[in-house]
Amino acid sequence: MAGSSIMENLFQHSLEDLIKAMRLQLIGETTFISKAVEEIRREIKSTDQQTKSTALQKLSYLSAVHGVDMSWASFQVVEVMSSSKFAHKRIGYHAASQSFNDDTPVLLLITNQLRKDLSSTNEFEVSLALNLLSQIATLDLARDLTPEVFKLLSTTKVFVRKKAIAVVLRVFDKYPDAVRVCFKRLVENLESSEPLVVTAVIGVFCELAAKDPRSYLPLAPEFYRILVDSKNNWVLIKVLKVFAKLAPLEHRLGKRIVEPVCDHIRRSGAKSLVFECVRTVLTSLSDYESAVKLAVEKVRELLVDQDPNLRYLGLQALSVAAPKHLWAVLENKEAVVKSLSDDDLNIRIESLRLLMAMVSESHVADISRVLLNYALKSDPGFCNEILDSILRTCSRNFYEIVVDFDWYVSLLGEMATIPNCQKGEEIETQLVDIGMRVKDARMELVRVGRDLLIDPALLGNVHLHRILCAAAWVAGEYVEVASNPFELMDALLQPRTSLLPPSIRAVYINSVLKILIFCLDCYLLQSDGSGSLYSVNLEGGQSELFSAKNDTEATELATCGGLNYEQDVGFNPRNTADYSGDLSVENGIDRAATHGKTFTSTLLAKKNFMHESIVSLLNRIELIFGPLITNQDVEVLERSQNILSLVQLIKEEIIDNSVLSVDTIEKKDTRVSAIINFMRDAFTTELGPVSVSAQGRVAVPDALVLKENLDELQAICGDTELPSSSSFATGGPHCTTTSDASSSNLLKNEESGPLNESTSLIEHRKRHGLYYLPSEKSEIFPDEYPRANDPKSNSNINDEAAELVKLTEQSLLLKKRTTQTKPRPVVVKLDDGDLTPISVKRPEPRDDSLSGAIKDVLLGSETGPSVSRSYPSGKSSRKQKEKKKLSTNDRSEMKENAVDSEKPDLESPNSSSKNHGHSKERKHRGKEKIVESEDHDHNEKKKSGHRHGRRKTHQRAKSPLNVASQTPVIPDFLL
Amino acid sequence: MGIRFVLMVNKQGQTRLAQYYEYLTLEERRALEGEIVRKCLARNEQQCSFVEHRNYKIVYRRYASLFFLVGVDDDENELAILEFIHLLVETMDRHFGNVCELDIMFHLEKAHFMLEEMVMNGCVVETNKSNILTPIQLMDKTS
Repeated sequence: MAGSSIMENLFQHSLEDLIKAMRLQLIGETTFISKAVEEIRREIKSTDQQTKSTALQKLSYLSAVHGVDMSWASFQVVEVMSSSKFAHKRIGYHAASQSFNDDTPVLLLITNQLRKDLSSTNEFEVSLALNLLSQIATLDLARDLTPEVFKLLSTTKVFVRKKAIAVVLRVFDKYPDAVRVCFKRLVENLESSEPLVVTAVIGVFCELAAKDPRSYLPLAPEFYRILVDSKNNWVLIKVLKVFAKLAPLEHRLGKRIVEPVCDHIRRSGAKSLVFECVRTVLTSLSDYESAVKLAVEKVRELLVDQDPNLRYLGLQALSVAAPKHLWAVLENKEAVVKSLSDDDLNIRIESLRLLMAMVSESHVADISRVLLNYALKSDPGFCNEILDSILRTCSRNFYEIVVDFDWYVSLLGEMATIPNCQKGEEIETQLVDIGMRVKDARMELVRVGRDLLIDPALLGNVHLHRILCAAAWVAGEYVEVASNPFELMDALLQPRTSLLPPSIRAVYINSVLKILIFCLDCYLLQSDGSGSLYSVNLEGGQSELFSAKNDTEATELATCGGLNYEQDVGFNPRNTADYSGDLSVENGIDRAATHGKTFTSTLLAKKNFMHESIVSLLNRIELIFGPLITNQDVEVLERSQNILSLVQLIKEEIIDNSVLSVDTIEKKDTRVSAIINFMRDAFTTELGPVSVSAQGRVAVPDALVLKENLDELQAICGDTELPSSSSFATGGPHCTTTSDASSSNLLKNEESGPLNESTSLIEHRKRHGLYYLPSEKSEIFPDEYPRANDPKSNSNINDEAAELVKLTEQSLLLKKRTTQTKPRPVVVKLDDGDLTPISVKRPEPRDDSLSGAIKDVLLGSETGPSVSRSYPSGKSSRKQKEKKKLSTNDRSEMKENAVDSEKPDLESPNSSSKNHGHSKERKHRGKEKIVESEDHDHNEKKKSGHRHGRRKTHQRAKSPLNVASQTPVIPDFLL
Repeated sequence: MGIRFVLMVNKQGQTRLAQYYEYLTLEERRALEGEIVRKCLARNEQQCSFVEHRNYKIVYRRYASLFFLVGVDDDENELAILEFIHLLVETMDRHFGNVCELDIMFHLEKAHFMLEEMVMNGCVVETNKSNILTPIQLMDKTS
């Protein structure tokens, strides 16, 4: 046996051999590694410790550098850890720290080993064990080893003590109850004269305070002392981090630390410390004007430094300052703008963020212009970063900072033409959104849309398709403000539109329909102008009533028209055709009036709606859409089919016009114009932004029985896909229920024939209304279909329509209220629905238990601040006890305390500790001959001065901070 | 936890030392290292030494052929970490004498011990070079 182990030893490859051999393996590294692992598997089973540990050493090397799995060797790791030889033990511990985790089964086996090593007299063994514990401690390990760690917290060997302190962090994290045992000693170490210990302990507090700062407020005096006295930059940085967390909780603390922090800024030569001070001032002390000025001064130095690191940090510091101190950013405008062309993407992004923070109404245009120029020159990634931030900033809070929407809309158009632009989706959303919210911007919108649509080159760019989609929709929806509808039509009908995806093509087709209707309407208006305009008078009072209504409620024009019309039809069915014709004329005139100058001017421009141009337009539509009937996509197919049928119908009548006698003209024309009218009315209904909560505001009609269980609905609508919200959710309302109602009535009254189809088909259509547009009835708009989710359509439609009217009314009212400040055009906002609630992050429960424990220790056993106020004497005496303990070196007393606190379950621990504290108090008081104020005074501010008479004052040269840990909640430490 | 991992990577992107202060599986480590190396090694001298990646902030510094990358929490002081890296390099330099990639390869354990002396649980506990090296020198003597 002995001989074989010697042989093994002799012939075993050492780690060095392994590494050397590996370096020679230029290819086939993986096979080499697997061979080596095979060898290790053999060697690690050896009974010889030397062989075993060398094998483990090699394995951990392979695992660390080449990612070889070593979890299979965990038992061997434990074996090597328990070796008596330090060199072996070291290898074992290293392997354990590298490979063990919470799920390692052998963890249970190492508790005793760790305990033994933690209590070892060899400080290096202790240090190994502490190191391992800091990395792998679990709840069990932490709980079982807390006593050992506690002992080490006050060992005289600094080398071990600092490590024990660092371990405490992990132990607290895993086992919050350890706080009761260890916390006092931890606090005690804050006052250690050993700089190393202080470094470690402040590191721990920095981490603890990051999770729950409030619990550590009582320790502020200790931290303050370190802030003032310490010479170690690392410690100072950590203390500053602690204060950055504490200061916002207690304004008196801010007042207190602002001077020392500024001192450090002025005096320190270490950039890291200065930067930390600056950051602390900007985050937590931003109310102190002079300090902020000083900090910003330093930031300026950073911004112009040669070192990119400092420039980056300078920019970061500025963006911290930006929300509260915008002037700081404005002062450094040049430096920020200069950074925009930095070599480093990170720096550019920071400066971009800052620039956007600077943006205000007055110079948003200039900044955006500058940025757009940068975007043109930048690489695609940064270009889109720029576009993104412009889009986000300008759209913030309903385009808050945009005054000139014409400018913004043309900016959006310009963005679309940037070659690298990939923000199509966002631009699309904004174009449509602005269209709906800002009336005054529509003209420019249509102009920009036209420019985009008309350019055949853009159709080939996939990223622009979404923008074109928006442009097409805008062109169709707001065609009445277009300078030249025929031009728009040309753009929408150009052959290259075949490059578009079907969903967007469908939007194009729909826009064509809208424009067509508009053109026809204008044409008919013109030709009717001489003939039947005067017939309005015949209608007498009735129609005057309408016009009055229309005047007052211009946006509801279509609704009123439709509803009243329907009523009227009921009374006087024979008149229908004539009547509607007249109405249309009148509506047209009203509309002209309400749309004001722009509309009238365009209306006048429409004088060129000659017969020929209309006919050629119809022909062209026929030509272009003809092939689409065989299109694969349902939307495209249906919509084009609808238009074609409509075109055919109109063509017949209009072309025949020229030959027929005046009488027939009138008759036929009125029929066409009736159709056109209804469609136009539907299209001119104003679309508004829809509040997210709109549905909630719709009252449930009495007749409607709502089922709790919607499973049936699933069966009905299961296969009905709703249009995805990203495409044209907002476009939904163009089939406002008003038009639904009026046109379906139209259907019934005028030509009820086709409705008597086989009922099953109708049923089917009703269910899948989304896709089944009544294609034979081409005069009905393609959008007109029952709501997808509304199985009982007709009965509720009118109610819904009324509700919708109410809604639009509401939004209109809102609009009026919010926007009295002209030059800026009206932006429709819906107060509630558009805002997304801000979720507040709650601390994790685990932290709660930890901070709870800490509060217990720091503040006595009271849990909440409000409670603790009511027991001032008990608490403060306990506090004093703690203080005393901190300041004493008496070992035995400490032990006593430890025992005391180790048994929190003792009967009425509060009172016992109180007594204890009192006795101790007295003892010390006598010793030190210092007048101590009475316990019950402790919460009174005016008396706080007395308390400085305690022992600590000697050490701290009358720092008024002493008072801190005596009042629990918001201590008076700094007054 | 301030420091979450320390990596040493050569300019070919091979990991030479990896010390994590939070548990990640081997796959996660490899993936993380790969992403970071790709991000950081592509950067040039004129660019700053801070990179944000996932929820880490990575502070890195290049010494000859070796990159020292330290992953820290978001609110850690970047400049202090740069100083820490420098201290680590200086310490290794003092121990190995003109430290190079090979020293770390062949004495990986020692490099780990130095780190262990300097950082515990993600907190820097020791910043004095002699103090860091004392235990290692003692171990060298005894073995």
